[in-house]
Amino acid sequence: MLLIKCPYCEMERPEIEFRYAGEAHVARPLDPSSQSDAEWAGYLYLRSNPKGLHFERWHHVHGCARFFNVARDTISDRILTTYKAGEPKPDPASLTATGAAT
Amino acid sequence: MRFSALTILKQALSGHSGWPEQWRSPEPKSAYDAVIVGGGGHGLGTAYYLAREHGLRNIAVLEKGWIGGGNTGRNTTIIRSNYLWEESEAIYEHSLKLWETLSSELNYNVMYSPRGVMMLAHTVHDVQVFKRHVHANRLAGIDNEWLTAQEAKDFCPPLNISPKLRYPVLGAALQRRGGTARHDAVAWGYARGASALGVDIIQNCEVTGIRRDATGAVEGVDTVRGFIRTKRVGVVAAGHTSVVMAMAGVRMPLESYPLQALVSEPVKPAFPCVVMSNTVHAYISQSDKGELVIGAGTDAYTSYSQTGGLHITTHTVDAICDLFPMFRRMRMMRNWGGIVDVTPDRSPIIGKTPVPGLFVNCGWGTGGFKATTGSAHVFAATIAKGEPHPIAAPFSLERFTTGRLIDEAAAAAVAH
Ligand SMILES: Cc1cc2nc3c(=O)[nH]c(=O)nc-3n(C[C@H](O)[C@H](O)[C@H](O)COP(=O)(O)OP(=O)(O)OC[C@H]3O[C@@H](n4cnc5c(N)ncnc54)[C@H](O)[C@@H]3O)c2cc1C
Ligand SMILES: [Zn+2]
Repeated sequence: MLLIKCPYCEMERPEIEFRYAGEAHVARPLDPSSQSDAEWAGYLYLRSNPKGLHFERWHHVHGCARFFNVARDTISDRILTTYKAGEPKPDPASLTATGAAT
Repeated sequence: MRFSALTILKQALSGHSGWPEQWRSPEPKSAYDAVIVGGGGHGLGTAYYLAREHGLRNIAVLEKGWIGGGNTGRNTTIIRSNYLWEESEAIYEHSLKLWETLSSELNYNVMYSPRGVMMLAHTVHDVQVFKRHVHANRLAGIDNEWLTAQEAKDFCPPLNISPKLRYPVLGAALQRRGGTARHDAVAWGYARGASALGVDIIQNCEVTGIRRDATGAVEGVDTVRGFIRTKRVGVVAAGHTSVVMAMAGVRMPLESYPLQALVSEPVKPAFPCVVMSNTVHAYISQSDKGELVIGAGTDAYTSYSQTGGLHITTHTVDAICDLFPMFRRMRMMRNWGGIVDVTPDRSPIIGKTPVPGLFVNCGWGTGGFKATTGSAHVFAATIAKGEPHPIAAPFSLERFTTGRLIDEAAAAAVAH
């Protein structure tokens, strides 16, 4: 079970307090009707699904109920950092230094 | 060498020391007519049918580890075809029919055992959904029947149908032709059959790149054992499909999750069928070796770690102990995870891609073992002809753009 630090509660809490909410930084197009079918499919369905560094959203359902972002290594499952919704994506170079395995 | 009673007798007399290798392990050639990336059951089966039904014999299967070491060798081997939508019924029933004759087709015992798959209903919603499945399947000529709780217990005596359970059993849907098969034997049997027809099966050969020519078409693959030239590549890499397709610049509608299973110590035959419960999240059968084979759910988050969270297995074991109190004191021996590639509609993707010469067969997620036969069969036809086989056609990658999803997730909320 992951231990996840909620950046709002500023506490490490067990994974079962949270709900996973998919890849982060996927912006909903501001004007959907101007999108082609392919662009809309890209927004709805295409995901990077990387083996390695992944930016993802989590929802603290059984805590403060807020959404926030997590940078995690999908090989080791190690969480590299967590940050508030709306904050910019951290620079990957600054994250690997904290010791993502393999 | 063909297996027969006579060869087994001869080997028994010589202490089983004379069995030959069942497939060749050649060095990779510098070029092939087609290359399959991924030596699981689906990839090996594809190569077998390409050689056997389409005369393509100068082909190779490239496997980064050992064949069958992916989800093929990690799954709980449940086979059934009672899905809801017509497109799914077509491919899963095509697969089930191929399972029925696979051992004799391959001259290799894949131990297909149609012992019946029973899916438990615990809520009013379950009852309605399963009855809808039973009716839909009947219209498609696929066997699936509704059982009361008592009938379910008659079919599977260890089942606890006490109304005092937190989620009491309200009834069940039973597919009698459903069952299990021996996972390794499926990979080995297809490998043996393909190798005998001239297919090169190359293990420890990870694909690290897909090269494209000036027109964008596939011209070959880079591997840890060098460049291999080919104009046709079929990617059948399950949990690693996004990673392999990214080598050709294609983004996929896939997410990879860990899915776990566990087995108990072996005991005498005690459990007659396969029982699945999606609501309480437990799947169980007994292998021919005597182990209880138990499947759990996926983790909440994407991962390539091949291990899942312990709380996921605990949840499943709790459910098993409630449903089958006689197993409360069984000791579990091993627990492992596989990485499953999940699509938004929980249906597979089989067919062409935007890259000429590049084909993909993926998205089988938590439930593709049962389709190994049919998937391989229609994917081989798709690669050979360059156009989707009619059964594969609805499962195109384009469906995510056109919106013609095949939503088995909403239909069934079923894992395996
Ligand atoms: C715990 C668990 C339980 C399951 N239970 C069931 C069940 O009861 N019933 C059911 O129907 N399904 C079940 N499934 C799903 C089923 O196992 C899969 O859908 C099916 O086995 C997929 O077969 P495959 O041949 O496509 O994939 P795999 O067997 O995973 O084969 C893919 C292969 O590709 C190789 N590969 C990946 N990347 C590369 C590369 N770059 N170069 C070369 N090779 C590469 C991998 O090493 C792997 O061997 C379960 C899965 C799991 C994990
Ligand atoms: Zn919080």
